[in-house]
Amino acid sequence: MSSEQEQESIRCLVAKVGLDGHDRGAHVIARAFRDAGFEVIYSGLHKAPEEIVQAAVQEDVDVLGISILSGAHDTLLPKIMDGLEEYGAKEDTLVLAGGVIPEEDRAELKAEGVAAIFGPGTSVEETIEFVRENAPER
Amino acid sequence: MSADEELLEDLLAGKHRALARVISKIENRSPGYRDLVSELYAHTGDADVIGVTGSPGAGKSTLVDKLAETYRDRGETVGVIAIDPSSPFTGGAVLGDRIRMASTVGDMDVFVRSMSARGTLGGLSTATADAVKAMDAFGKDKIIIETVGAGQNEIDIVRTADTVAVLVPPGSGDEIQTLKAGILEIADVFVVNKADRDGADRTVQELRDMIQLDEGGGMAGGGGHHSQEVIDAHDDWDPEDDVDEADAETWTTPIVETVATRGEGVDDLLEAFADHRQYLVDSGEHAEQVRGRYAEEIRTLLREDVHDMLEDRLAAAGGVEDLAEAVRQGETDPYSIADDVLAPVETCLEDLEIDDG
Repeated sequence: MSSEQEQESIRCLVAKVGLDGHDRGAHVIARAFRDAGFEVIYSGLHKAPEEIVQAAVQEDVDVLGISILSGAHDTLLPKIMDGLEEYGAKEDTLVLAGGVIPEEDRAELKAEGVAAIFGPGTSVEETIEFVRENAPER
Repeated sequence: MSADEELLEDLLAGKHRALARVISKIENRSPGYRDLVSELYAHTGDADVIGVTGSPGAGKSTLVDKLAETYRDRGETVGVIAIDPSSPFTGGAVLGDRIRMASTVGDMDVFVRSMSARGTLGGLSTATADAVKAMDAFGKDKIIIETVGAGQNEIDIVRTADTVAVLVPPGSGDEIQTLKAGILEIADVFVVNKADRDGADRTVQELRDMIQLDEGGGMAGGGGHHSQEVIDAHDDWDPEDDVDEADAETWTTPIVETVATRGEGVDDLLEAFADHRQYLVDSGEHAEQVRGRYAEEIRTLLREDVHDMLEDRLAAAGGVEDLAEAVRQGETDPYSIADDVLAPVETCLEDLEIDDG
């Protein structure tokens, strides 16, 4: 029927991976995304890459934001990307990384398929803007 | 094969991503979602659907996690739909119930899906009922719907379930609370979670008093979401029913004590669910329930469609603002406007021959 109203909403998974136990930044982002009108699923702390992949696939999120401060991004993020690929979800999931990620590691992560990396000091507005502009059309 | 046909085929073949995608289409009311859902019906009917509700902080997510874990241990597959509120201002939501689903992570056979209350006018309950169908068609044995029991909307949602568990935390108010109408009435099973806390015994006692009061009052079934027909059918005052209904079973809402964080009482709770299921089948209430549910679905769909058509008409006529302004100016009133707008519809309906094909 022509009069049906679509009710699309940007869905995001905000995820903490690995051993780092600081999730204040993830909470701030989750809250800011909520206030921007997104639907935010928060993973909780200390998740394994497989757990994050499972959540991203089941929740069918448009955006996966990974907060990582432990320095283990080089091992953990590629595992997540591989997992998404396994379920055919890598193509149309916008993957973002935030936290402490040195400049010299960024090119490699982007080659893995991470769309953007937001370091310390990035404003939440900038992040939201990026999501609005780049969330995949499905 | 069209994209949607392919999606349906993938879902029926057990591909998780296809299930996730179908639920998204349902939530978004994407073009073609209706055809997809109507295709699902042929593949549904095998899953047990359990609703879990209760006040915020009652321990629903933790309990659902343990239920899912126990079902998995028994070799059954589980779907969970976790519903959280969305902001009335921005539509945004933080869906946090996944965090507590820790026992089953990494196990794809527990499919957890978070939904927010984004729709209006029964939109959430329609979307939930359709998501249940997707999971059922996918082949999940047990589907658990978890929702906060704060308002009428949530009560609509649990009507999607065969069995409804209401969590009552210890010390959740004096006995007058148990007299009030609302979520306590929809329970098929009461769960006093956090049963290791002070006041748990008293809460159990208050619930027990309430259930006894219900039975003493001549109400069959001890609450629960029974339709009026079933209550009538069980009504012993009608002498004609006596022969058939004399040994008809009634359901007395059991009270199960659990400590979800430690998994205590979970087996008892699953047993209570199984008993209720058995009762539904034996008493013939299940058929009644399913029929009532489909009737409600039909009504909701019709209501939504009519609502959409009216919104379109209003938009075409220049929007509701001018009409509202006319009312503000004292030129007319909402009742007259409704009569005027709907007069042609009424004429149409009178001329319409009902087609039951």
